[in-house]
Amino acid sequence: METLINKFKKAAPKAALLMAVAAGSALQGCSNTDGRNAGSTAEGVASDAASAVYVAPGKHDELYSFLSGGFNGQVSVYGLPSGRLLKIIPVFTQHGENGYGYSEESKAMLMTSHGFVPWDDLHHPKLSRTDGQTDGRWLFVNGNNTPRVARIDLTTFETVEVMELPNSAGNHCSPYPTNNNEYVIAGTRFSVPLDMKGGTNDVSLDKYEEEFRGSISFIKVDKDKGDMDLDFQILVPGFDYDLANGGKGPSEDWVFFTTYNTEKAGTLKEVGASQNDRDYLAAVNWKLAAKYAAEGKAREMPANYYHNKMDKDTHIAKSTVKKKVRYLLPEECPGMMYLLPAPKSPHGIDVDPSGEYMVVSGKLASAIPVFSFAMMQDAIKNKKFDGEKNGIPVLQYESVLKGEVKEPGLGPLHTEFDGKGNAYTSMFVSSEIVKWKLNDLSVVDRMPVYYSVGHLMIPGGDTKEPHGKYLVAMNKITKDRYLPTGPELAHSAQLIDISGEKMKMLLDFPTVAEPHYAQAIPAEKVAPNSVKFYKLDENKHPHAVKKEADVSVVRESKNRVRVKMTAIRSHMTPDNIEGIQVGDTVYFHVTNLEQDWDVPHGFAVMGANNAETLIMPGATQTLTWVPKKTGVFPFYCTDFCSALHQEMQGYIRVSPKGSDVPISFSTGKKKQNIPGVASAH
Amino acid sequence: MKIYQKVLMVVAALSLGLLFVFPMWKIYLKAPQYPEGLELHIWVNKLGGSSESVLQNFNILNHYIGMEPIHAESFAELKFMPYIVIAFMVTGVLVGLIGRKKLVLGWSGMLMVAGAAGILDFYLWLVKFGTNLDPKAAIKVPGMTYIPPLLGNKQLLNFEALSLPALGSLGIFLAISLSLVVYYFSLKNKTVTRGVSSGKVLV
Repeated sequence: METLINKFKKAAPKAALLMAVAAGSALQGCSNTDGRNAGSTAEGVASDAASAVYVAPGKHDELYSFLSGGFNGQVSVYGLPSGRLLKIIPVFTQHGENGYGYSEESKAMLMTSHGFVPWDDLHHPKLSRTDGQTDGRWLFVNGNNTPRVARIDLTTFETVEVMELPNSAGNHCSPYPTNNNEYVIAGTRFSVPLDMKGGTNDVSLDKYEEEFRGSISFIKVDKDKGDMDLDFQILVPGFDYDLANGGKGPSEDWVFFTTYNTEKAGTLKEVGASQNDRDYLAAVNWKLAAKYAAEGKAREMPANYYHNKMDKDTHIAKSTVKKKVRYLLPEECPGMMYLLPAPKSPHGIDVDPSGEYMVVSGKLASAIPVFSFAMMQDAIKNKKFDGEKNGIPVLQYESVLKGEVKEPGLGPLHTEFDGKGNAYTSMFVSSEIVKWKLNDLSVVDRMPVYYSVGHLMIPGGDTKEPHGKYLVAMNKITKDRYLPTGPELAHSAQLIDISGEKMKMLLDFPTVAEPHYAQAIPAEKVAPNSVKFYKLDENKHPHAVKKEADVSVVRESKNRVRVKMTAIRSHMTPDNIEGIQVGDTVYFHVTNLEQDWDVPHGFAVMGANNAETLIMPGATQTLTWVPKKTGVFPFYCTDFCSALHQEMQGYIRVSPKGSDVPISFSTGKKKQNIPGVASAH
Repeated sequence: MKIYQKVLMVVAALSLGLLFVFPMWKIYLKAPQYPEGLELHIWVNKLGGSSESVLQNFNILNHYIGMEPIHAESFAELKFMPYIVIAFMVTGVLVGLIGRKKLVLGWSGMLMVAGAAGILDFYLWLVKFGTNLDPKAAIKVPGMTYIPPLLGNKQLLNFEALSLPALGSLGIFLAISLSLVVYYFSLKNKTVTRGVSSGKVLV
């Protein structure tokens, strides 16, 4: 570590020189592409970087960060500033590690109208809010591929709810909570030919322009419990709705969506959707929309979508199939929706902490337009319209534009704010973070990142009061940043200190899968509420057994056996089971009797075609097993629980179909001095 | 006895009530895996601890060395001790009301005997749990017994055990010392207020 610091110290003056040269010539951030490899390590790295990110053993990080897992369908939790991985939370993807999506209790979480969908592409985590600030209660995330929105409970760090969205395809523009979680809003990236019966029409793909429509879903969130409910949708023109963000303060009632493919191309979109010099920023007054919906403007159509919820007492997920959805048409709801012209296929839309400025990052544009909410209000009032599109008024570009950030870099994607009047924009093509001032839109600093940054995140940087100390850049390309691991490389996040005038590079940390967006929150808003274990007394699982004397193995029908068993350090009860037959469906309901912190038990049985299941203290989980051959099959605890963990194992005897071996089960040969052991059979 | 002495005697009797508000004794366990520590609280009428499930957690740890599980039901003392304490409180108040110094001394002496018996009983339980180990225990260290300390600390394998009286014991301590103070001052009464009390003394 010492030598590393010395290296940094030696390199720092050189780096500063390089920066000065780069800054002098850098009209566009791409100017310093050559020679980057040589100087890249030291460039911009703070001389005190090591101590700035050092969290001593046994000490806790200052912040939790939640990075989306992209195509792994999970959320990963990292501590900041250390960049240490704390947990992977499975959301849309089966997780053999703990049985999520495999156990009988959790399977329903992954049910959709398309059947069981055990994977998705998770892009955007968004923390729940109170008064426009993160409140540390829930994390909402989107499933892009099979449109879903999920909710993670931050007391348990577990997925507790998954809501499928009808009339959507490519749920990318999602999920955006309003300032008090009144709604979580989700737009469709892929427009589709809606059949108005909850599905899509079997139409010729030439009919894009006439038949395809998009939708924006308004999911109501229960104030206390967080439970979601799809209140209504707005059916919108058949563009691609890319990203969204809600207003704050004066713009609190509004939510803004970037759109592209306003050309309505149905094929080779990379060309077809890149023809218009300007697409739109769609502004929707969600409060007015909710009012319209409440006042009977909403129509209803048949639908078919799943709502999956984990019961907190039984830990069993249940699916409800919803059969209708209400919708609004913007052309029937005056004042609800406006279109603001925005340069060429805009990607990110970010609203500054004051709620006055809407920053639109046009990935193909050469400047970053900054819209003014006050000007937008004025333009609406004075009808400064530039025609309309599908009955939605289009505002005049100049009438809503505060100004443009000139020559910011190449490929602007996303912007976040530090709460001190500065904005930071990620530049995908020129691979840098650009800091600029909100008041005069002048660029004041640049920081190269490695390589091709997508989203960036400032803790609370999308809220009314950003935390403003760090910035995390999530890069799409890693190349030489870490030790190579074959063709598939780690993904790269970089931590930057933004507390001073100049950005300082602090840390590279590799991440799993591909983080798109992330959120972060001061640890003190979450850590004190973290659940240590579940209370056995409150376990309402129908097959829970709360003491060893109550365990049972019962043949319920010809081919079905139910084993209600327990696990406690360091044995399972029963651990000898006989009378199982080939082809039986055997349900192992394992209750973890522990009532102490950090004592999960795992359960795995040889030949199981699913996974293991990990049972938290006080909880019950169910693994299903269908033995295919006769013999004796061991099972055991998979989570190293105690000094005698290796002994925590048992056997099941499987006899041929129709065998007369009776069901019997036991643990231990005689009464021993082991808490609660009941020699039963 | 003077009024203040009577009052003090009643206070002495009532201070035993602390036994129903606080534990008598606490055993603290600390190990590398238990940075938060484990506490077993011994009350006059129940067993408790740093968490609801502390007994289960104690027993899980103890079963590896073959110690018998600890259950509140195993201790008859927890059932009758509260009555003894209440009896002492009632008699103490009566002694205060009657105000005879010999009764004060007698009450005090009996309470000391009862307290000593309690500590002896506690020690015998510790010895019983610490030495009466299952021969089939998973962990057997030759010559090792696991008698927790009665007072002070002791290393038991990976656990450092610390045993200390708790606030409930303060009730007993107060009861004994206050009643002795009452007795001491009432001895002085005799010399100062001879005239008044001599009649009674003669009787």
